[in-house]
Amino acid sequence: MSVVNARLKERATQTTAAVAAEASMFRRPSEWRIFWEAFSQDRLALAAAALIGFVCLAAALAPVLSPYDPTVGDNSLRLAPLGTAGHVLGLDGQGRDILSRLLWGGRVSLAIALLPVAVASLISVFLGLVAGFFGGKVDMLIMRTLDVFFAFPAVLLAVAIAGVLGPGMLNVMLSITIVLIPYISRVAYMATVTVKNELFVDQARVSGARPRQILFHHILPNTLSPVIVYGSTLVGIMIVLGAGLSFLGLGITPPKPDWGIMCADGRNFLLVAPHVSAVPGVMLILVAMSFNIVGDGLRDALDPKLRR
Amino acid sequence: MGEALLEVDDLHTHFHLKNKVVRAVNGVSFSVRRGEIVGIAGESGAGKSVACLSILRLVPYPGRIERGRILLTGQDLLRKSERQMRELRGQTVSMVFEDPLNSLDPAFRVGDLISEALILHKALSKREARRKASDLLRLVGIPDPEGRLDNYAHELSGGMQQRVMIAIALSCDPALLIADNPTTALDVTIQIQILDLVKQLRDRLGMGVLWITHDLGVVAKLCDRVVIMYAGEVMEQGDVYGVLKRPRHPYTRRLIDALPKLGRPEQRLMPIEGRPPDPANLPAGCPFAPRCYKARPECEAHDVPLMGAGDGRAVRCLFPED
Amino acid sequence: MLKFLVYRVATIVPVLFGVSIVVFLMMKLIPGDPVEAILGPAATTEKIEIVRKSLGLDRPFYVQYLRWLWKVVQGDFGTSIAVNVPVAQLVWPKFWNTVLLTAGSLVICIVVGLGVGIISGTRQYSWFDRLSMSLTLVVANTPAFWLGLILMVVLALYLGWFPATGMYSMRAAEKTWGDLIHHMVLPAITTASVSAAIIARLVRSSFLDVVRKHYITALRAKGLSERDIILRHGMKNALPPIINIVGLQVGYLMGGALFTEVVFSWPGIGLQIYSSIVARDLPVVQAAVLVTTFVFVLVNLGTDVVVAALDPRIRRA
Repeated sequence: MSVVNARLKERATQTTAAVAAEASMFRRPSEWRIFWEAFSQDRLALAAAALIGFVCLAAALAPVLSPYDPTVGDNSLRLAPLGTAGHVLGLDGQGRDILSRLLWGGRVSLAIALLPVAVASLISVFLGLVAGFFGGKVDMLIMRTLDVFFAFPAVLLAVAIAGVLGPGMLNVMLSITIVLIPYISRVAYMATVTVKNELFVDQARVSGARPRQILFHHILPNTLSPVIVYGSTLVGIMIVLGAGLSFLGLGITPPKPDWGIMCADGRNFLLVAPHVSAVPGVMLILVAMSFNIVGDGLRDALDPKLRR
Repeated sequence: MGEALLEVDDLHTHFHLKNKVVRAVNGVSFSVRRGEIVGIAGESGAGKSVACLSILRLVPYPGRIERGRILLTGQDLLRKSERQMRELRGQTVSMVFEDPLNSLDPAFRVGDLISEALILHKALSKREARRKASDLLRLVGIPDPEGRLDNYAHELSGGMQQRVMIAIALSCDPALLIADNPTTALDVTIQIQILDLVKQLRDRLGMGVLWITHDLGVVAKLCDRVVIMYAGEVMEQGDVYGVLKRPRHPYTRRLIDALPKLGRPEQRLMPIEGRPPDPANLPAGCPFAPRCYKARPECEAHDVPLMGAGDGRAVRCLFPED
Repeated sequence: MLKFLVYRVATIVPVLFGVSIVVFLMMKLIPGDPVEAILGPAATTEKIEIVRKSLGLDRPFYVQYLRWLWKVVQGDFGTSIAVNVPVAQLVWPKFWNTVLLTAGSLVICIVVGLGVGIISGTRQYSWFDRLSMSLTLVVANTPAFWLGLILMVVLALYLGWFPATGMYSMRAAEKTWGDLIHHMVLPAITTASVSAAIIARLVRSSFLDVVRKHYITALRAKGLSERDIILRHGMKNALPPIINIVGLQVGYLMGGALFTEVVFSWPGIGLQIYSSIVARDLPVVQAAVLVTTFVFVLVNLGTDVVVAALDPRIRRA
């Protein structure tokens, strides 16, 4: 009897090994590879991503790269045009080097866009997952509260909160974060609900997986993709909004620069020295566009229907 | 059977993509007579739908009709202007599509969709068109036609949607009706009803019908003649009884063998091994040769002509069955 | 349809309540004691207590909220700290000025957005399509205030084609429509720019989607001309998501008008909010945000209803 059992067990092990070997022939390349292959085919998105990387790096290295102190001006050279000796991008109305202000200002402008989106995304993914996964009362509570914040025009809310809290970079970022949470949460929520209703989650349940497993293994990854795509586009929008808030005086205080303030400062010289306002403006547009393009590229690369 | 209604002669339709040319239809010829139901059968990707879209000159970009003649009641459609084609579409020749839910504009009521063709081609008033639409719904066997006129497509069952499509196609009394796989999405009982309906309509109205399908059972039930297509070419054609009972082309034979047969439960299913060739990379000679048990070197050496085999039958094979 | 309407209106009521609570709380969360702000340096503890009691600030939050809400519903928004005038008097005229600006911007948005979008969407890959897609990408990412500044300096101050600030000419004897429109051109273009670009891209994508659908081929097989297909069938199917987005853009326009109003000194509610924030005149900020948000919610309700009227499938949901 035991001999038969042993033989059966041996057969079972052999079969399992054979099946596993055959299965591994069909193992798909990792998700990252698939994504990267798709994304790298989109040349425009790749270029945009490179630009973003370059700008972020330059801004981060501002203390090292900046040729001059961005807050100190040389009045004798004020409004010097592009290509002036020693000042590639010229000087502004107070004689300050534009390139230096651009680098230092980039830290602020990028931070105002990246940090709130990142923080809001973390909070929103959590809220969306919880609301979408557990449903029922929890769902209603969370989503109805977010609906109230959704009711406010975004720009108005951002200005009102920033205004009420007072000037300062932290307050601006807090304000933007609060405004962003309902939008990102809705994206995360809809993704969670969609995935939850997909057949394969039912299948996982049937095969005995515990809720937490389902949550992390299946739902979370599928919720993250749309949030990442949406977040990229949002960063672009926030760069522009952040500049607007700075223009209104709600952001950092002078003489510290950021791209929004630089644009505003240059308004008095638009006819005689347009570069003072144009340089930061073009920078803003380029970076915002790049995030927009990268967001589109991510969406196309992550969309299973568009993949081969 | 009446005189020749449609004659397709040596049709070639290709798609010019960025880095390759997809040859969907390569030298297809067939005809349809008045009052005749001709089936076009074959595997998916054989070029059946593209051939029929070519007749209507609705092949989507980047497709192009490269060569051939398409005679409808004697006129060459390939020489007509777009405006002349629009006159013919929906009026002299009309088409029923495969997926009825997605082929009916979801934002319009069904009655309006039927009336549209009537108002366009026959210049009927809205009220007259609506009345005729109701008659058409009755004709295709929809109960309570008046009530259904104001429904949207998504409010109807699959079978009813397909009947609506047929009603639209028949609204202006076409001489030729082209149907692209209209019953695949429906379940079998409904399918049979639709096939019966088409036969009745043919008997009553006398139009010619071109019916695309990959189900030989449908061909057997509905069609008078059948054209077997493979990789964009006609492999065999002839009267349905003859072709299905005594197929001459090895491909047709394998298709028939692949059908499960009642009463022989112990018989194993016999799929055809291999896959159809890539239409962007067609081999020389007979396209079926790589999968054919009878293939010899001559088969792949040069193109095989379509040869008459008596009784209105034709075969494209150097070694036909008998 | 009626059921849908009732259902949608019912969902708005709790949202409006929520909005009022948020606005109320926003003011309560401001750092600093409002009473001390009002009394200034002359405040003694006694005076502070008296004023606090008179303003009802000693009662629990929910009581304060209800009293405030009761007054708001009657149209009483309190008194402006900076100007000592009833807030309502300050806010309503400004609100209508913004509505005018928003209306003008909306017209530009729709005309340009729809026009460019339809032409691009139906002529994919043409030179027009490529050009418009590049331009809209740039414009959609351009800060409104920057664009406004440039337009103002170049077209108004330098070329003198348009006035640089305000709603009407100071010197004109009476206010005419022509004068108003002349003043509105630059601000409206500035406000509309981003939205028009976004709408154009969305319209294009919506039409591209529709044109690929199977029922379009079926319609061609009926013998309809391309023009009929696009104008009759294409529009009806492509429009609902577009209207949805246009509705959302109204909210952006009302908010984004803020930057334009500041740049062009257009006396609207955005400019009012801004100057009141700077002056720490919080009753005005409170009232302005409340009014604008309420209108935004109602506008969204309106667009939802219109979309449902056009697309029968939505009504069932």
